[in-house]
Amino acid sequence: MSRVGPTLTALATGLILAMLALILGHVTVHGWSVVTWGFLSGGAEEGLFTVGRSGIFPMLFGTAARVILMTLLVIPAGVITAVYLNEYAPASGRLTRWVRGAVNHLAGVPSIVFGLFGLGFFIGFVGAGLDDWLRPGAVQPYWAGEGLLWASATLAVMTLPVVVVATEEALRAVPAGLREASLALGATRLQTIIRIVLPHSLSGILTGSILAIGRAAGEVVPLLFTGAALYVSRLPGSLNDKFMDLAYHVWVLCTQSPDIDQTKPLLYGTVLVLLGLTLSLNLVAVVIRARISRNPQATP
Amino acid sequence: MSDADSVTTPPSPPPAKPPWHDLARGRVARPGEWLVEKGIFAVSLTAIVMILLIFVFVGREALPILLGQADSAAARVQRILPPEDVDRMTPSELRAALGLSRRKFAARSLEEQKAALKEIYAVRAEADRNGAEAIPDKDSEVNTVGWRYLILPHQWTGYSRPEFIWQPVSQIQKFNVVPLLVGSLKVTLVAVLFALPLALGAALYVSQFASRRLRAWIKPAIEMLAGVPSVVLGFFALFVLAAALESVFAFQSRLNAFVAGIALGVAIIPVIFALAEEALSAVPRGYVEGALAVGASRWQAAWGVALPAAWPGVFAAVVLGFGRALGETMIVLMASGNAAILSWSLFDSSRTVTATIAAELGEVVFGGHHYRVLFLLGTLVLAVSFVANLVADGVMNRLRRRLASSS
Amino acid sequence: MATTDLTNPSAVARRSPSGDADSPNAPLIEIEGLSLYYGPSAALRNITLSIPERLVTAFIGPSGCGKSTLLRCLNRLNDAVENVRIEGTVRIGGCDIYSPGVDVTELRKRVGMVFQKANPFPKSIYENIAYGLRVRGLRDRKLMDGIVERSLRSAALWDEVKDRLHASALGLSGGQQQRLCIARAIATRPEILLMDEPASALDPVATSKIEDLILALKQEFTIVIVTHNMQQAARISDYTAFLNQGELIEFNTTSRLFTNPAKQETEDYVTGRFG
Ligand SMILES: Nc1ncnc2c1ncn2[C@@H]1O[C@H](COP(=O)(O)OP(=O)(O)OP(=O)(O)O)[C@@H](O)[C@H]1O
Ligand SMILES: [Mg+2]
Repeated sequence: MSRVGPTLTALATGLILAMLALILGHVTVHGWSVVTWGFLSGGAEEGLFTVGRSGIFPMLFGTAARVILMTLLVIPAGVITAVYLNEYAPASGRLTRWVRGAVNHLAGVPSIVFGLFGLGFFIGFVGAGLDDWLRPGAVQPYWAGEGLLWASATLAVMTLPVVVVATEEALRAVPAGLREASLALGATRLQTIIRIVLPHSLSGILTGSILAIGRAAGEVVPLLFTGAALYVSRLPGSLNDKFMDLAYHVWVLCTQSPDIDQTKPLLYGTVLVLLGLTLSLNLVAVVIRARISRNPQATP
Repeated sequence: MSDADSVTTPPSPPPAKPPWHDLARGRVARPGEWLVEKGIFAVSLTAIVMILLIFVFVGREALPILLGQADSAAARVQRILPPEDVDRMTPSELRAALGLSRRKFAARSLEEQKAALKEIYAVRAEADRNGAEAIPDKDSEVNTVGWRYLILPHQWTGYSRPEFIWQPVSQIQKFNVVPLLVGSLKVTLVAVLFALPLALGAALYVSQFASRRLRAWIKPAIEMLAGVPSVVLGFFALFVLAAALESVFAFQSRLNAFVAGIALGVAIIPVIFALAEEALSAVPRGYVEGALAVGASRWQAAWGVALPAAWPGVFAAVVLGFGRALGETMIVLMASGNAAILSWSLFDSSRTVTATIAAELGEVVFGGHHYRVLFLLGTLVLAVSFVANLVADGVMNRLRRRLASSS
Repeated sequence: MATTDLTNPSAVARRSPSGDADSPNAPLIEIEGLSLYYGPSAALRNITLSIPERLVTAFIGPSGCGKSTLLRCLNRLNDAVENVRIEGTVRIGGCDIYSPGVDVTELRKRVGMVFQKANPFPKSIYENIAYGLRVRGLRDRKLMDGIVERSLRSAALWDEVKDRLHASALGLSGGQQQRLCIARAIATRPEILLMDEPASALDPVATSKIEDLILALKQEFTIVIVTHNMQQAARISDYTAFLNQGELIEFNTTSRLFTNPAKQETEDYVTGRFG
C-alpha cells in the first residue's frame, strides 16, 4: 500500500493534467488550419455558416466591447471596495465581515442567476426606469432592452469578487513600514493610498483585472438574456445595441448550424480562438502573480 | 560649500513657526478628502447591495408563485362587468382593468377608455359563450402554478395515471419541476463522484508528496483548467466525449446525464482541488512529521494523519463543488440531451433546472406564468448555491482557525 | 537638582528640566499619566515626563519595554493600529494632541519620524525626499531641487548620491537608506524629530555619521531618540529616560542618569548587569 497510494495520487494528478492537455491538443489540431487572417478579419456577410468565408471579426469585436465596458465598471468598484476593506475598515468590524461575506457569496452565485438578475434588474427595472424618465411617450423601448451596456454591467457584478480578492491580496502585501513612513511625513490617509499603496499594488490589481477579463470573456450564460445575438448585421455602435460574441458564437455553431458536420471547421476555429484568448489571459495572470510572490519588493 | 560645513551649520535660520494650538482645527479639516472617503465607503457597499438586489430581483418575479397568489385557471376565466359598472368606475380602477401604463392611459379621453373596456368585455362574453360549449376540459380548471401541481404528480386528461409532467409550451401549461430536479441531481451526482477522487488524489499528491518545484507547476496548471470556458467544455462533451463514451457504453441516447456529468466533473475538479489542497496544506507539518517519526510510511502519514485532520476541508470542497455543479449551465445545456422526462437512469437524456431556464427564458411572455416559474427555478438554484457557499465557508473558517491555533 | 520620587507623577511634573542649570530650554513635550493598551495588555503604564526644546532626549530600556510605543504616541502613529486604547495626555507646546479637534496630519507635519528599519519608498532618491513636500502641495521645481539638495547635504548623503538622484532608493546600502530616511524627514522642516533606533542596523562608520548628524540637527530640531546602545545615548543625548516593562523608571540629565542613577534598576541596566 505504501507504494500504491502515492502512485495513485500521482496518477490522479496526471489524469487531470492530461484532460487539460487533451482539450488543448484536440482543439489545436483541428482548429489550427482554420484560424487564418481571413477567418479572424472576416465577417458574416455571406452568412454565419459558410466554411471558408464566414469569419469571426464581429464576434471578436463584440467580445472586446463588452469586456472593455465591463472592465471600466468593475475595476473602480472592485479596487475601491478592496481599499475600503484593507485601508479603512476595522478588521473585526461587523460591516467589514458583511462586505467580505457579500463578496464571497457573489463569487458563488451561479452564472444563470446573473442572467436572470441582468434581465430582471438592469433591463426590467433600471432600463425601464430610464425609459420612463428620459423618453416618456416613446413606444419602442430604448434602455429597457437587451444591449451592450446591460450585458457588461451584469458581467461586472459577476466579476467584482475576482477584482476585490486580487486587489486585497496585493494591498495586504504592501509593507506596513511604507504606509507609516508616508503618514509620518504628514501625508493624509488618502494621499498615502493614492501615492504609495496603490502604485505599490499595481501588479496585483492588474492580475485581478486580467483574471476578471479572462473569466468574463468565456462566459455565455449571462449574455443569453442581456445582449448577445445570434446575428446582427452591424457592429455595435451604441450602448443599447445587441452584439455578436465569440463565446456565444461557439454555442451558436454547436446548436444552430444547418449541417453540423460540414460547419465543424468554423466551430473548431472559433473554439481555438476563444480558448487561446482565455487561457493566455489566465497564463499572464499566473505569471504576474508568481513574480509578485517571489519578489514582493521589486514591484514599482 | 563643503560637506562638513553643511552638516555643522544649519542651512538657514528656521522660519517663524505657527503656535502649536493651530493643530486644533476641528473635525473636518479637509472637506474634499472627507467627501472622497465617504464615497469610498459608499462604493464598498456595492457587493452587499448587489447580493441584496440579486435576491430581490430574482425572487420578486417568483414571488406570486411562491406565495401561491398566481392562478393560471383564474387567468383563463376572466371577470366580465356589465356596462353600467364600467360607467361608475374611477379612472384608476379603469386603468387597472385595462392594464395600461399611466402614459398610455392618458393618451385618450376617459370616455374613449370606457368605451374600449366595454368593447373588450363584450368580446370576452361572446368568446365565453362559444368556448363553454366547445371544450368542457377539466384541465382548464386546474391552477397549474399551484404548489400541488408544481411538485406532486397529476393525472392530466389523456394520461392513464398521475405523472410528473414539465410541458410549459402547450394548451394547458404543465409546470411540474420534479423531472428537472431529478435531472439536476443525476448530473450533479455523476459530476461530484467523478471529480472527487481525482481532485482529492491530486490534492493529496500536491500537498504531501510533490516536490516544491513540481507543486509550483501543477497548481497553476490545474488553475488553468478552471480557466477553460464552460461553453468550450460543453462543446468538447458534445463532440468528443459523447462519441467516445457512446462507443464504450453503447447508450440509448447519445447525449445523457452521464456524459454531461463527466464534463461537469471536469469543470468542478479545480474547485474541489483548490479547497482540499488548501486544507491539506494547512495541516501543521508537525502532525505528519510526528507520524513519520514513529515509523509510519509517507502514505500512512498522509492518509491516516493529514487527511483526517483536513477532513472538514474536504467536506467543504465537496459541498462547494456540489453547489457549483448544480449552478453550471452551459455544459448541461449542451451535453445532457434536454429531454424533460422523469427518469432515474443515468443514460437517459435528461434536462436540468439551469438548462431549462437558459433554453426557455428567451421565448416566454414577460411576466407570464412560465416566466415566473423559470424565475422560481432561478431562485431555487440561487438559494441552494448560497447555502452551499455558506456551509463551505463556515467549515473552512473553523478549520483554518483550528489548524492555525494548533500549529 | 536632586532626583525626586519618580513613581509620583506630580513630583515629576514639577521637576521640569527647564530649571536645570545645564539646560536653559523650556519643555516642549509634556507627557502626563500616559497609559497605552494593545487590546487587554498594557504596553505603557502611567508615564509622566517632560521633553525640553532643541535638545536630544533618549529613551533607553530593554527590548519590548515600550520605547517605540511611547515614541509613536508623540506623533499619534499608534492611532492606525487596531484595538489601541490610550489614556492620559500628551501636550506639545501646550496643545493636547489627543484632544478631539486636533488634525493628526497637521501634527505629523510638524513632528517628523525616522524608523528603526529604513523604509525608503520604492521610488527614486529624489522622489523620496520630495514626497513630504509634494503632499504639502509644493510644485515649484526650482525650490524643490534646492530643498532636496540641502536635505541630502544635511544628512551627509549628498556626495554619495548626487550623481544618481533619479535612481531607485532601493539600490542604496542600508546605512545610506537610513540617512535617506533622515533626509526625507528633515526636508519638510518639522520642529520635532522622533528617531526609533536609527542606527540599530548599521556598521560603526555609518553609525558615527548618523550620530554626528544628530548632534548637528539638534540646533534646529527637538530630537527624541530611542536607542539600545548605552554608549550612544551617553554620546548624543542631553536627557535620558529609562523605561522597563512599560513604566518610566527614571528620567534625568544623561550625565546624572549614567553616573549617579537614583534607582538600583537603572544602575543595573546602564552598567550592563541587567536581568
Ligand atoms: N501592534 C501591536 N499589537 C500588540 N502588541 C504590540 C504591538 N506593538 C507592540 N506591542 C507590544 O508592546 C510592547 C512594547 O513594544 P515596543 O515596540 O514599544 O517595544 P520596544 O521597547 O520598542 O522594543 P525594541 O527595543 O525591541 O524595539 C511589547 O510587549 C510588544 O509586544
Ligand atoms: Mg522598538
